Amino acid sequence: MDAKKESEPTTMKNRTTVERTSERELVVTRTFDGPARIVFEAWTQPDLFKRWWGPKSMGMSLLSCEMDVRVGGKYRLVFSQGMEFFGRYIEVIPHSRLVWTNEEGGEGGPVTTVTFEEKGGKTLLVMHELYPSKEALDAAGTGAADAMGELFGQLDELLVASSTNAGRP
Amino acid sequence: MVQYTNTALDTSFAALSDVTRRGVLEQLGRAQASITELAEKFNMTLTGMKKHIGVLEQAGLVITEKVGRVRTCKIGPQRLEEATAWLEEYRQLWTARFDELDAVIEDLKQRKKFDGRKKRE
Repeated sequence: MDAKKESEPTTMKNRTTVERTSERELVVTRTFDGPARIVFEAWTQPDLFKRWWGPKSMGMSLLSCEMDVRVGGKYRLVFSQGMEFFGRYIEVIPHSRLVWTNEEGGEGGPVTTVTFEEKGGKTLLVMHELYPSKEALDAAGTGAADAMGELFGQLDELLVASSTNAGRP
Repeated sequence: MVQYTNTALDTSFAALSDVTRRGVLEQLGRAQASITELAEKFNMTLTGMKKHIGVLEQAGLVITEKVGRVRTCKIGPQRLEEATAWLEEYRQLWTARFDELDAVIEDLKQRKKFDGRKKRE
C-alpha cells in the first residue's frame, strides 16, 4: 500500500518503510529512480558503497569498506567511530539478489537478503533481515514487546496513583 | 519524542484502563492480528472485540486495515512511540542512507549517459 504513494507532491524523496513482519523478521522497502544494475552497483562496489552507507547526515561515515562480492566472499565495514561489521556473502545474483550473514554479534546475527526488482526504469529494493530467534531480534533493538510491557507497568502505576488521588471508583 | 496533549493522554488512559485492551496492545506489540484471532485469543465475541479495537483505534493506539474480508490490527504509529522507538530509529537510519544512495544513483545515471554518448560518437 505504501509503494504506490511515493510521489506525493510534498515529498521529493521516495518513502522508506520499515516493518517487523514477524517475531524474527524485519523488512525495509524503498524505490529508487534508476535501473537495477545501477542500484546493485552502488551496493557492491566499495567506493560507491562508502558514499552512502555512513550516512553523513547522521554523523556517520565508513572508515574502510572491504567487500569480496561472490558466494563465500567476505566483507568488513569499519565506521569512523570504531564499530566493525563483518560477514560473508552467501548468495550473489547480479542485479537482482544479495544475501549475506552478519557475524559481528556472534550467533545472534541476522541473515540479510536484498532483492532488486526493476520496473519501468525504477527499482524496488526490499531488504529482509531474518534473525535466528525472536530474542535475537528483540535484543537488536530494545525490543518492541519488552518496551511495551515496561510501559504498561508504568501506566498501571500511574493509573493506580491517579485513581487513588481522585478517589474515583 | 512525542508531545502528548492532555486530551490525547486522557483518551489513551481511558483506552488503557481496561485489562483486555492492555492485553490486546501487548499482543499486537508482538505481531499484528485479525479481529477474529484476537477475539479467539481473549475468549470473547467478535462484537466485543470490535468495540475494544474501536476504542483503541480512536485513541490512536491501534490502526486497522481491511484486506478482503479480514480486518488486521496493528500498533498505531502515533502513540506509545517508546515501544517502537528503536524501529523508528532504524527507519531513520535507513531513510538517511537511502537518501544519500539516491545521490549516488543519480551520479551513476549521469555517468552512464555520458559514457553512452561517447560510445555512440
